[in-house]
Amino acid sequence: MKRLVWITGAAAATLAVLMAQSDFHGVILGNGSLPALAVPDFRGDGQAQSFMEVFNKTLWTDLAGSGLFKMVAKGSYPLAIPQQLTDFKMAPPAGSTPVRRGQAPPTGGGLWMSDWSSPPAQANYVTVGYSAVQNSLFVLRGWLVDLSIPDPANAGALAKTYIESLDEAGARKAAHEFASDILERFGAKSLFGTHIYFVHRTGSLKAPVAEIWSMDPDGKNQKPITRYNAVSDFPAASPDGSKVAFTSWVRGNPGIFVFSVDPVRDLRFYNQRGAAVTASPSFTPDGKQIVFESSVSGCCGIFIANVDGSGVHPITTGRVIDAEPKVNPKTGSEIAFSSGRSGPEQIYRMNIDGTDVERLTDGTGEASNPSWHPDGQFLAYAWTRGYMAGAFNIFVMNVARRDYLQLTHSEGKNENPSWAPDGKHIVFMSDRTGRPQIWSMLADGSQQQQLTSEGSNLHPVWSK
Amino acid sequence: MFSKRKITVICLAVSIALFAEGCKKKVPVPPPPPPPAPAPAPAVAPPSAPVVGQFTAEPSTIQRGQSATLRWEVSGEAASVSINNGIGTVRSTGSQQVSPTSSTTYTLTATGPGGSITSSATVSVVVPPPPAPPPPPPPPAIAPKGTLPDRVTSDIQDAFYDYDKSDIRGDARDALTRDAAALKAILADFPNASIVVEGHCDERGSAEYNLGLGEARARAAMEFLVSLGVPAERLQTKSWGKERPQCTESTEECWQKNRRAHFSSGQ
Repeated sequence: MKRLVWITGAAAATLAVLMAQSDFHGVILGNGSLPALAVPDFRGDGQAQSFMEVFNKTLWTDLAGSGLFKMVAKGSYPLAIPQQLTDFKMAPPAGSTPVRRGQAPPTGGGLWMSDWSSPPAQANYVTVGYSAVQNSLFVLRGWLVDLSIPDPANAGALAKTYIESLDEAGARKAAHEFASDILERFGAKSLFGTHIYFVHRTGSLKAPVAEIWSMDPDGKNQKPITRYNAVSDFPAASPDGSKVAFTSWVRGNPGIFVFSVDPVRDLRFYNQRGAAVTASPSFTPDGKQIVFESSVSGCCGIFIANVDGSGVHPITTGRVIDAEPKVNPKTGSEIAFSSGRSGPEQIYRMNIDGTDVERLTDGTGEASNPSWHPDGQFLAYAWTRGYMAGAFNIFVMNVARRDYLQLTHSEGKNENPSWAPDGKHIVFMSDRTGRPQIWSMLADGSQQQQLTSEGSNLHPVWSK
Repeated sequence: MFSKRKITVICLAVSIALFAEGCKKKVPVPPPPPPPAPAPAPAVAPPSAPVVGQFTAEPSTIQRGQSATLRWEVSGEAASVSINNGIGTVRSTGSQQVSPTSSTTYTLTATGPGGSITSSATVSVVVPPPPAPPPPPPPPAIAPKGTLPDRVTSDIQDAFYDYDKSDIRGDARDALTRDAAALKAILADFPNASIVVEGHCDERGSAEYNLGLGEARARAAMEFLVSLGVPAERLQTKSWGKERPQCTESTEECWQKNRRAHFSSGQ
């Protein structure tokens, strides 16, 4: 009897998970039929070869990380790798060479397109190309070949030349741009050129230092934005990517700062006097206002103000702790936030005027860090559901249906999810390596990739 | 051995001798008689005695340590003019600064062929009143005072909280009651100081939520202290959320250490 109950329970749970997952197909999980892409290593002429390892690695990571392709494993490629479109030879018409039983079918060794489209590679597309040094610059020629078109002369879905500086940064940039052009060919936008802001923590336990930093989506070009030698935290990016708002203890009590990022400049947000806590800012979709948590009328309510700190008015009362307000980027008319109003921290939503408050998470464990998907239908968040207190994992919720999908599975603490502008990637913090570091992944939880490794790094936010 | 009586007699004798010696010093010895005048030259008119026109002390009264000026003028034939009390032979007209430590009468003796004459001037020395004593040293503090941060660190205890709560529980009540007394003493000793009530949290929950929880804890502690008479205007709250933990282990022991109100000195 006991066993039957258990089996029934397990079956119900499995069914629930399957049903839950089915609601995310399309946006979060994709539709399952991805084009198979072969990305053989490109070679370089002379000095250019020394940068090709970086190039090949970057190109593969960008294409694999996009989630748009089924990447064909390199071990299944033919031996001869074409270096340009004209290296492909037209395969003789089928049946022109009789194949005897027990004999392998004829191949071009890699120079026929069918060598790539048939087993074991079974690719739909292949990238080919090479690099060379010209006038002390790194020049890359790249093609995307559509293997469904019989005549190689017409199969070039993309043919591009990239001219960059002759160093690793130049090779990396060529790879990012080539990948970006390939993604665009498939109707997707590359994250190359976007930025991730995050908190870089150093110092001791007694005297911690936390500065706001920025980096590229692949973890490169890490650099500080603030140099306060104090604790600054909770960065948020403006919708146009030109500003970053954050909280800092540099003047004593936590207060909000708004900086432009290029050039880095303090835009002077006015913090109300008499509020011991003014923190956790985020922008409205028009970029003109900021929602934040403040203790001005009790601790801590949600407030809205203009981007310079003027025109403050309350949205919630501050009789309980409300935190992390995030305005729906699509509608601009609702706010997701975390609150302790029903006990341990949970995720709630309300209209931007404070009406119609509803709890979104089911009350189990602790739920925090809501982050809106760009389409305004999904929230990524951190939840301890199914684990001990404090052991967060990243989840995604379909806000209308309240069903959810777990993306990380107890590999340390996983918190602070933030959606990429493409709506397909999530950047987050994980301490699975022993220290908090920043990771990125696809929205289905795959392609997890560590972006930082020095010091402690947390609270990432993905900006345009 | 001497008998007691003998000792007394000896002591008395010595005392009298010393006393006599003391008296001798005080009463100046009269000047020795002038040497006999040489035999007058024959057929010369007998010389007239010198005349002391003036012998004064200006001012005649001084405070000890100050000086007075003796002035004198001797006319007529004077072979020698001298002043006692260590001044000695002087010219017939002159002045001399003196700084006696006690009242002194100076005697001027002018001797000439016609005889000698004396005149006196007295400098009275007034002993000034003793200077005022230095101000008394500050009374020693009952406890060593130390700096404000030292006092806050040594005298004020943290108050601890339950998970996700800002209520003042029993042990926190006791701690804060002791803190209230210590805070009043510190605020009295440092009249310009203010005290920061810091709210801290454990690592669970979002950092943003914990910022609010830390503030709620700091406020609850502050309100309790104010209810015990600690002046509210000398206290301020500051939430650190979970930004400044005492420890980082994921154990209840460490979490409890971090769920606290802590005190630091303000500006």
